[in-house]
Amino acid sequence: MRDAACLARCDGMNQETVTLSAYVPPKARSLFEPHRLFLMAVFLVIVFCAVWFLRWDWLPKYGPRLAYGVWQTLVMLFWTSVIGFLLALPIGLVQVTGPRPLAWLAKGFCTIIRGTPLLLQIWLLYYGLGSLFAQYPEVRSSFLWPYLRQAWPYGFTALMLSFAAYEGEVMRGAFAGVPRGELEAARAFGMGRWTMFRRIWLPRAIHRALPTLTGETVLQLKATPLVATITVIDVYAVISKIRQDTFLTYEPLLLLALIYLCLTGILVGGFRLLERRIPTRSA
Amino acid sequence: MPFNLDILALSPPGWGGVLLGGLLASLELAVGGYLLGLVIGVGGAFGKLYGGPILRDLLEIYTTLIRAVPELVLILLLYYAGTDAVNQLFLLIGLPAVDISGLAAGIFVIGVVQGAYSTEVLRGAIQAVPPGQIEAARAYGMSPFLALRRVTLPAMLPYAIPGLSNLWMIATKDTALLAVVGFSELALVTRQAAGSTKAYMTFYLAAGALYLLVTLFSNVVISFIERHARRGMPRTV
Repeated sequence: MRDAACLARCDGMNQETVTLSAYVPPKARSLFEPHRLFLMAVFLVIVFCAVWFLRWDWLPKYGPRLAYGVWQTLVMLFWTSVIGFLLALPIGLVQVTGPRPLAWLAKGFCTIIRGTPLLLQIWLLYYGLGSLFAQYPEVRSSFLWPYLRQAWPYGFTALMLSFAAYEGEVMRGAFAGVPRGELEAARAFGMGRWTMFRRIWLPRAIHRALPTLTGETVLQLKATPLVATITVIDVYAVISKIRQDTFLTYEPLLLLALIYLCLTGILVGGFRLLERRIPTRSA
Repeated sequence: MPFNLDILALSPPGWGGVLLGGLLASLELAVGGYLLGLVIGVGGAFGKLYGGPILRDLLEIYTTLIRAVPELVLILLLYYAGTDAVNQLFLLIGLPAVDISGLAAGIFVIGVVQGAYSTEVLRGAIQAVPPGQIEAARAYGMSPFLALRRVTLPAMLPYAIPGLSNLWMIATKDTALLAVVGFSELALVTRQAAGSTKAYMTFYLAAGALYLLVTLFSNVVISFIERHARRGMPRTV
């Protein structure tokens, strides 16, 4: 009886070697193992020391401003990522299928943006382009000038272009990685180029690129404080102001690290929820 | 907009020499930080794979924290905290406080940040090495260090190189962040030059070209190294 069961199972194993040989993670370690409890105790002591021995009396006074800064950071992150992603689609696509000059242009754009520090790009746009704009009376008298004399459009543009370049490289791989058979099947169904792109190529490519999107967005979050160097107010700028006002070195910075830690955690958790809602065929 | 290229001349009325000096400082930082990061990464990867439970958890906390907090914030924290800690330590053992050079502090900061990332890269690469090879090294009676030097490190290199080259690119670009703490590397020098000559566009474009040159040159060298490390392996494409 047992032999028969084993045989049946072995048979099943032969048929489904692909599913069985897949990596099975070992059972996750419990949070309540002795050494973890010890580490948590040490951590609690450190937190207690930080709360007790460092100065936190400035916190209530700056609370609203901090909340505003966090909100600004999130707004900046959201819109630069969304628009940057929309830009990344054509950048990725033309590198796979577009005409040669466009493909070269897209590749050059990605190389230049990815090859220079974001801080320098922000300064180039704000100080360089900003001072250029100021020299031309046509620009100064245009309806755009009230925006162009502020700092945030430059920071926004730099962040957006950076996201577009990094994500464009990802999208290039994603577009190229969609199996040819699926596209050929679409063509065999008589789909036009646009329908095929809309129904098959784009959704499949985005599906492939989704896992990297989490990492790219976290990187984008970590890039946002750079715009504070050109006087845009975000949570980093608020913390810098607090540091100047209170002459404290560590406390505001520790709080800032904690804020970014929480934001990253929320982002990663949110993306995980999103990914779980998208059906995947587990093979 | 006239681009006056005379201000980029190498001799003092022009700022070209200053820019190149900044580039040199940037490269020193990047190389130093990258190497320190590699050392931390090798240790961290082995700790994560073969260490005890406490060491593993601590390393997990280290890599998670560093990768979740912006580099700019880490640089500010570590730059001040690092120099402060060394001075406190010196005070404790009765030595006079020293002025830590910006270069040493900068290398320390970049190294600690890079260490977290290279820990993950190297851990993945070591896991990609067929375990039989490492077991064979042990079976030959090699000491752990000898096995590391002769088997694990060379065997994992092909898997690690794409990630490590990416990290090198990040290191060269992260050096620009040290401008915020006042270390005069390329970005800060450019800003000063641009500010005092008012030729913003010229200097920022020149600095961008220098960074780009470093990247492109690195790409060439990396593809060379990769071809060397992958020799004898089946081609993937």
